[in-house]
Amino acid sequence: MKKKNGFNRRDFLKLFGAGAVATGAAASGCVSRSSAPSEGGAAIGETPTGQMTFRTHPRTGDVISLLGYGCMRWPLKQKADGSGEEIDQERVNELVDYAIAHGVNYFDTAPVYIRGWSEAATGIALKRHPRNKFFLATKMSNFGDTGRQTAIDIYHKSFRDLQVDYIDYYLIHNVGRPNEGVDGMEMFRRRYIDNGILDFLMEERRAGRIRNLGWSFHGEKKVFDYVLAMEDDVRWDFCQIQLNYQDWRHATGRNINAEYLHGELVKRNIPAIIMEPLLGGRLARVPTRALSMMKEVRPQDNPAQWAFRYAGTPKNVLTVLSGMVYMEYLRENIHTYSPLVPLSEQEYGLLERVTDVLVNSDYIQCTECQYCMPCPYGIDIPGTFGHYNRCVSAGKILKSANDESYRKARREFLVGYDRSVPKLRQADHCIGCNICISHCPQSINISTEMQRINRYVENLKQNIDF
Amino acid sequence: MLYKIRRVVAAVFFALITLLFLDFTGTAHLWFGWLAKAQLLPAALAVNVTVIVLLAVVTLLFGRVYCSVVCPLGVLQDGISGAAGRRRKNRFRYSPAKSWLRYGLLILLAAAVIFTGSAIVSLLDPYAAYGRMASSFFVPAYRWGNNLLSWFAERADSYAFYSTEVWVKGGVTFGVAAVTLLAVGVLAWRGGRTYCNTVCPVGSLLGLLSRFSIFRMTINAEKCKKCGLCERNCKASCIDVKRLTVDRSRCVACFGCAERCKFGAMRYAPVSVGKKKSVGSRTDTAEEDSASGMSRRSFMSIAGIFALTQTVKTVRAQQLKVDGGYAEIKDKKASQRKTPIVPPGAVSLHNMNKHCTACQLCVSACTNSVLRPSTSFATLMQPEVSYEKGYCRPDCIACSLVCPTGAILKIAPADKSAISVGKATWVAERCIVNRDKVQCNSCASSCPSGAVTLVAADPEDEKSLKFPVIDGERCTGCGACENLCPARPFSAVYVEGNVVHHSI
Repeated sequence: MKKKNGFNRRDFLKLFGAGAVATGAAASGCVSRSSAPSEGGAAIGETPTGQMTFRTHPRTGDVISLLGYGCMRWPLKQKADGSGEEIDQERVNELVDYAIAHGVNYFDTAPVYIRGWSEAATGIALKRHPRNKFFLATKMSNFGDTGRQTAIDIYHKSFRDLQVDYIDYYLIHNVGRPNEGVDGMEMFRRRYIDNGILDFLMEERRAGRIRNLGWSFHGEKKVFDYVLAMEDDVRWDFCQIQLNYQDWRHATGRNINAEYLHGELVKRNIPAIIMEPLLGGRLARVPTRALSMMKEVRPQDNPAQWAFRYAGTPKNVLTVLSGMVYMEYLRENIHTYSPLVPLSEQEYGLLERVTDVLVNSDYIQCTECQYCMPCPYGIDIPGTFGHYNRCVSAGKILKSANDESYRKARREFLVGYDRSVPKLRQADHCIGCNICISHCPQSINISTEMQRINRYVENLKQNIDF
Repeated sequence: MLYKIRRVVAAVFFALITLLFLDFTGTAHLWFGWLAKAQLLPAALAVNVTVIVLLAVVTLLFGRVYCSVVCPLGVLQDGISGAAGRRRKNRFRYSPAKSWLRYGLLILLAAAVIFTGSAIVSLLDPYAAYGRMASSFFVPAYRWGNNLLSWFAERADSYAFYSTEVWVKGGVTFGVAAVTLLAVGVLAWRGGRTYCNTVCPVGSLLGLLSRFSIFRMTINAEKCKKCGLCERNCKASCIDVKRLTVDRSRCVACFGCAERCKFGAMRYAPVSVGKKKSVGSRTDTAEEDSASGMSRRSFMSIAGIFALTQTVKTVRAQQLKVDGGYAEIKDKKASQRKTPIVPPGAVSLHNMNKHCTACQLCVSACTNSVLRPSTSFATLMQPEVSYEKGYCRPDCIACSLVCPTGAILKIAPADKSAISVGKATWVAERCIVNRDKVQCNSCASSCPSGAVTLVAADPEDEKSLKFPVIDGERCTGCGACENLCPARPFSAVYVEGNVVHHSI
């Protein structure tokens, strides 16, 4: 790739300094650049057009770009009257136009994304393109009230907000998720079986308003097996799973190893749609040791590109979703998949070694997906975890007060903490009510982690020997 | 020459004292904290014999150099007066001393110190008056400047600056500072050191000594051409050219007259010792203690308690729970305390009230936004503790290091954990465990001394909600529980002050 473009990374940095350096810094320092997590790194060279890798749906023949657009992280801006935030629609339109012009044709949203604003914003941006130029995915996000009418209301609202009369890929959202003490299996029954919503959606598919019916999954294995076994009656057109090189064999919390999930889908020839290819940006900001291992093999590639190549290599993968808030990330991801260079055996081996580094790091397994938010007591959960994780990636978490870089790392952590998270929303204000725990797809024990971070903060603030 | 040296030294003193108020990192105090402790009235209240003797000796030797160099309010007036002098030259003239006013106010101050009329002491202390101006006007401006730099630093990935809260504490103090600045400013603009020579009791006290000073300004009758330039440039209005006299009790040793005199007639030199009269008056009236008790403070808290039923706005499960966003956080309101809280090191409410001149140095130094000036009449503008914005962190002893008056005595961080300034109290009906029916461990997990434990409402049922129980013997009154309590606007746990601090 280096030879093809005729210049190396250094030359590129000189030419396209500003943007690349900024994202590079975000990847290397204990720095928060925006509330949205980064997905991807620096853009490299000119974005290729017409070279995108496409995958064909084995059953319907849909030809889908390997890069799918995740619409859960659209850019926000301050409202003109200063009363809060809103979607920056102009920038959404720019991103969508650019993506479509470079071959991206799959857009994945949900009624709950970005405080419920995502569908309308995505709808506005896509309305400006011919309906047959893109595939649209949205979801049944009936997490709270499992009543039939609520679900049907959510379903119809999606059509209105997206301004479409059919939906290409409709998912039952977050199967396997428990809720307020009710386990994943029981929640699935309440949300889809007892209220007849699954039958309703199958009926809608027959009527042509849903072209493909599938489900997204986080959670217990028995729920996965159970829902997958319904294939014989329901005929699942696709399944959306969390897959990346860490989750392949080292899934955390309630998640199941992607190796198993993917294997089961292959057995049944159900195409996979991949979410969290970067684990919420964490695989784009790997610790220095892991980074140098990657750079030794492919000096011109950054960690995000490795992660996307990993997620895109399996043949059964239909598309890999990425929530790209910045144009730079979009460009880079288009580049990575135009065309996809599949991972070699040696490269798989390397990523296994990188995974060893990652799982032995001190990360909190947060992908900053915002499902836990808003915390009723005002804590910025993803912001707090994000700051901590960025400091882990940058190697700035102190093991003891006697570390050589103590003073500098202490200041960076504490000053950076106040910059990333307002004081009233920091870990010390967590009351341990555990309301958030059932919302977390990574099943992080949020209040315990909050206490851990707060202990660390107090050690630093009080200059305690630790 | 003396004039120029005096001006430079005064400017340095003024800048450094101001820096004591501005610096929020605590570094300035390590080096220059003594400047605040060298102020006369604070030293008198702290019974700092060394400083009192030193100032008395200096004044007896050189006249009121304290007023022209050490006192920040004096230097501030010189600045204002100097600006006015640029517009209208040679504008002063001799005026006789208004002794009844000067000594009347001095007696009033002495009485106030003896009988703990703290508001009068606060209003009359020139250093405290300047401190209130610095903390009301300069501190916010300085911090805004800092926050601007921090804003740039953040964008340059630098950690050189961090932003800090800008909080104008206490309307009363701000108002008093504004009125004082206006009054002193107008007097200085029109009459130079009028304030120092007619109002300021510290000036009057030093004047009692300086009239016997060894080095003194005299007019050489032989050289003097009676041009009057010295008189018209004397901001203390103490030179009478007609009689060729200098009122040494009012001369602040600014050396302006010597600088201006074209004939070398002004002379700053020692008098022959034989002429010196005996010195009778001592200065440290503060040594006498008052037996009178603390007057009950009346609460004039702006935020009174009216609605216990006010509820926290929690985002309850909606029909569609959407992802992201933040729950609104209401501002905390101050709990009504029967006994006010004073910081560790203050020993007791009485000690605070008796020694504090309300200079606001501790308030400026408090990085946890705990100290603020009192609005109650008996303790007007003296610091008091409240926990809406932060709590008294176990690692911080800033206020005890900076206090020049002995109102807050110096303590070490290790001492702090053994001082109880108050006791936390639980208000059941405000607690979210009762109100929202959720388990909360905020107060228990935040308590640095482990004084809060959670106890099940129903001992038979392990899963029943748990409520906080406070062990008063272990509570230091630091306010961590009150500050971090999720109940808003009124915390469900709040601290009642101890009249005399306990040791635990």
